[in-house]
This record gives sequence, C-alpha cells and structure tokens, in this order.
Amino acid sequence: MAKEPTFAQHLRLYITGYILSVVLTLAAFAAVLTIGREHKSVLLLVALLGVAQLAVQLKYFLNVTTQRDRRDNLALILFSSLILLIIVLGTVWIMGNLAVRMHTTM
Amino acid sequence: MNPISSPKNPLSASNPHEAIHRDPDMVIFGFWVFMMSDLIFFGVVFAIYITMVGATAGGPGPKELFDFGSLFAQTMFLLTSSLTVGIATVMVKHERSRASFLFWVVITLLLGMGFLGLELYDFSVMAEKGGVPQRSGYLSAFFGLVPLHGLHVTFGCLWMIVLIVQVFTMGLCDVVKLRFLRLALFWHFLDLIWIGIFSVVYFGGWVYG
Repeated sequence: MAKEPTFAQHLRLYITGYILSVVLTLAAFAAVLTIGREHKSVLLLVALLGVAQLAVQLKYFLNVTTQRDRRDNLALILFSSLILLIIVLGTVWIMGNLAVRMHTTM
Repeated sequence: MNPISSPKNPLSASNPHEAIHRDPDMVIFGFWVFMMSDLIFFGVVFAIYITMVGATAGGPGPKELFDFGSLFAQTMFLLTSSLTVGIATVMVKHERSRASFLFWVVITLLLGMGFLGLELYDFSVMAEKGGVPQRSGYLSAFFGLVPLHGLHVTFGCLWMIVLIVQVFTMGLCDVVKLRFLRLALFWHFLDLIWIGIFSVVYFGGWVYG
C-alpha cells in the first residue's frame, strides 16, 4: 500500500463518492418515475444502478480495496454476499415455484 | 507457585482479551464481521418482502401507499449524512480540532433525526390510508423490513449522542476515536441497506405490486 492520503485527498475521496451516489440515485428515481409505469423491465436498470452505487459507496466511503494487505474485508464481504444470494434467490425461487404449483398469483 | 499469576507476563495480569482489543485493525475487522451478520439478517427480511409482494389481501398496496417525494427526501438525508460522517472521519484521521469533528457529528445526527422524522411521518400517512401491519401479509413484510432499518438509524443516533458526551467527558482519546470509526462504518452500512430498500421495497413494490 502507498502512503496515507493527505487531508485534501481524503476529503476529495468522500466528496467524489457523494457526487457519484447522488447522480446514481437521481438516475434510478428518474428511470422509475418516467418509464416505470409501463415497463417492468425498468427494474433491471434500477438493479444495475443500485449495484453500481453499492460499489461506489464501498470504494469511496468504506474504503474497501483489492490491495493485498487489506483483502480480509473484501473476502468477508464476498463470502457474506454469497450467503445472501443463496438465501434471497433461493427463497424467491422456491416460493415462486410454490405459488405457480398452487395456482396462486405472486 | 502458580505460573499463571506471574506478574512478569503482561497478558495474564489482567484480561487476556485486552491485547486483542488494543489492535485497532482487529477491532474494526470484528465490527465488519458483525455488520455482515446483520446484512444476512436484512437479507432474510428482504426475501420475505419479495415473496409477499402482491399478497395485499384486498388492502392498500404500494401504488396507494408510497410517496416518492418523501422517499427522495429521505434518501438525500441519509446519503448526505453518510458524507458528513465521512468528513468527521477525515477530521479524526488527520487530527483536526475537536470542534470541527463535533460539528460534523452533530450535522450527521441532525440529518439522521430528520430522516427518522420523515419516515415516521410517512408511516402515519400510510396508517391513515389503512396501511397498518396487521392489514395484510404484504404490509406485515413491509413493516418488518423498513422500520428495522429505521431502528438501526435510531440506535445510530443514540450512539452519536453517547459519543458526543464521551468526547466532552473523556476527551478525543484513542478509545473514543476507535468507537467513532466503528460508528462511521455502521452509518455507511445503513446507507448501503437503504439503497436496497428504495430499489427493492419501493421501486420493486411499485412496479410489481
């Protein structure tokens, strides 16, 4: 790892993250409010914008990096995300399948 | 002679865990482990919400209940408070004055309380329209998830108040700094969860509900 950033660099990091987050938030709201009424596929765009914002905040606010000496956090986050995906996608898959087989709408 | 109580060994003299607790990296990493377990808990409640979209039992659904103006204001409050807690972190890391640090913590606290006020107002408006937790499975799932995040924000605010008192009584010593760094992580983490809430709960519910 290089030396610690200076005061101004450090401050700029947070402000950059904030501006990027605001832009991504505005984009998500604009997308849903303009085309969300007709097209359900807008959620795909919202999901992409959400993941982008998660990445931005992890990088600029939480300072998660891929640097070798600070990789513990990243490994922990990736493992937790895997568990999270199994829980959420597994639940939605099973319960959705059940709803179809029971002829109830979801 | 009991070798364990030998005064030469600094670890045996007091609590052996103390040595671990003095390593800041270890403390912060431990807090990350807690946050990730909290993330899994949120994930389960998110999963319940997703399976409950549409289970309105004839009661009011997302299209009647959600107010996107208020949602946007709440999002900006929380996002801005994430920036201000970040600026407070920079003040601590570069050892700026105690006053500038406290200023940014107080701004964060006010933004957090503003967020909570708006959220509670939103819930009261929803209740007036018949959107109460016992009305349907959908609303139970909604009120299981969104106020859970609000509860986290409430405890974050309490934590900030306690921290401000500690800065005045103990000074900005290493222990207090380390507690603040954990608070900052916690606060950023709440912002991450909120991204999930407005994307999945509000937008997802509104499009699919």
